Amino acid sequence: MYKQGLYPIIRKTASAKGIFDITVLCPEVAELAQPGQFAQLLAPGFFLRRPISICGIDKSAGTIRMVFEVRGKGTEELSRLNEGDNIDMIAPLGTGFGTAEGSAVCVGGGIGVPPMLGIASLYGERATVITGFRNAAAVILQEDFAAAGCETVLCTDDGSAGIHGFVTTALDEHLKSKKTDIIYACGPMPMLKAVAGLADSYGVRCEVSLEQRMACGVGACLGCAVVTEKNGKVTYKHVCKDGPVFDAKEVRFDG
Amino acid sequence: MADLKVTFAGVEFSNPVIPASGTYGYGREYECLYPLSRLGGISVKGTTLHERTGNLPPRIAETPMGMLNSVGLQNGGSDKFLEYELPNLAGKGTRIIANIAGSTVEECAELAAKLNGSAVDMIELNISCPNVKQGGAAFGTDCTVAGAVTKAVRDASDKPLMVKLSPNVTSITDIARSVEANGADAVSLINTLLGMRIDIKTRRPVLHNNVGGLSGPAVFPVAVRMVWQVANAVKIPVCGMGGISSAEDAIEMMMAGAQTVQIGAAIFRDPYAPVKIIDGMSEWCDKNGVRSIGEIVGTVKPW
Repeated sequence: MYKQGLYPIIRKTASAKGIFDITVLCPEVAELAQPGQFAQLLAPGFFLRRPISICGIDKSAGTIRMVFEVRGKGTEELSRLNEGDNIDMIAPLGTGFGTAEGSAVCVGGGIGVPPMLGIASLYGERATVITGFRNAAAVILQEDFAAAGCETVLCTDDGSAGIHGFVTTALDEHLKSKKTDIIYACGPMPMLKAVAGLADSYGVRCEVSLEQRMACGVGACLGCAVVTEKNGKVTYKHVCKDGPVFDAKEVRFDG
Repeated sequence: MADLKVTFAGVEFSNPVIPASGTYGYGREYECLYPLSRLGGISVKGTTLHERTGNLPPRIAETPMGMLNSVGLQNGGSDKFLEYELPNLAGKGTRIIANIAGSTVEECAELAAKLNGSAVDMIELNISCPNVKQGGAAFGTDCTVAGAVTKAVRDASDKPLMVKLSPNVTSITDIARSVEANGADAVSLINTLLGMRIDIKTRRPVLHNNVGGLSGPAVFPVAVRMVWQVANAVKIPVCGMGGISSAEDAIEMMMAGAQTVQIGAAIFRDPYAPVKIIDGMSEWCDKNGVRSIGEIVGTVKPW
């Protein structure tokens, strides 16, 4: 179940260079939305919509929050929309994160960090959030994770903030010392592959959120295929409907 | 209120608007927005005799006012269609057009025969898919082969037969005449135009299949031209498609000679597009004193 309509942007900030944070008033969408789902946003002047992950859901305020990066001309147009403007949106879409009893680790890399906020907030103090960025200037959402009660571990590629190194090193340290029931991850494919490998070696369930070039967003056109394998059978599943969240064991990270 | 009913190849449609094959699945993804009975018909996802996994991703590339796709006819096969999709669609109050494709003439005929006696209202034989290596467009770019596959399916099927034509040919009217002479009850056009995009950073084609089919508003003028040419070349009815995204586009396509229209890529941008187009056509007819939509078909007055 999803909705399509024009919804007002009620808050917009720039979180880091080229990263925008918008809150949209859409009670009918907020009511349905689950952590890990996404929205299809129409950028003025472009033909296809842009899939953007839902970062926060406030059912009582009737809002959803999305944090996106300007990657091309379409997202640049989206970034020009301001508070008070309406945004043409189809949401909520896709299959979000499953939940587990016990404690969770959320691993996010770069613009893969925003979809972690919704699921991490469900766990609160039972979640450790390991995030990685290029440098200090690119760091986003740390206060939001802390406000949700999560423990945060910050990594940067150049050491300009937090730990100098990759999220996978921090994840390995964590898994060695603390009991973990589930791992959630979103970020670049090499990072996801490494996280899935660690989860497998520690025997921890792992869910990954993927992206792909997309058209319809609802499961009709079969455009946004990813290669999956289950019980020896290789098939294409679709990011927009089967995902964006997949069991890491099913995903063939090398295609 | 204008009468939007049309009789197309002997089948009565409540209105001339049909979501195009490959853009609407089997209707399941859009039922939460509006009842499928609003639609004249649905041309279902291209179905092959056996399951097809489709092409490697990426399968989608955006283009100026359009898109390329190279899905490669991913579908669950004819048994899944008959056992799972068709029963769900059968009671929805819309015409069901089974879009079928095969790698050989025999396979197309076998698939068509499997649909005999089913709830399918019409067959749309796809001889124009640009994204598969065998069959597909190879059938649709040669008059003799197009005629042969049409005849084989016509002989095997008890359903009205529409043949979907490729625009990637020198003379689409020659192909249209050939399928008409071999028993087609209607033609639909245009399928996508073969295109390509390259990522200049990686020097790789955006699509893993290297090339794919162009659709969306960018192709609309090409589609209008081809529909007009074909409608003037054959006696069988024409279903027009290619870049229609508004009621005005649909009316233009009908004036070019189409009796029904299909809506494709516009649905990706706006899932309500088919019903907005139906409502807009009705309003346009009322404003312009058109009592029945059929009156406008082929009424373009060429210079």
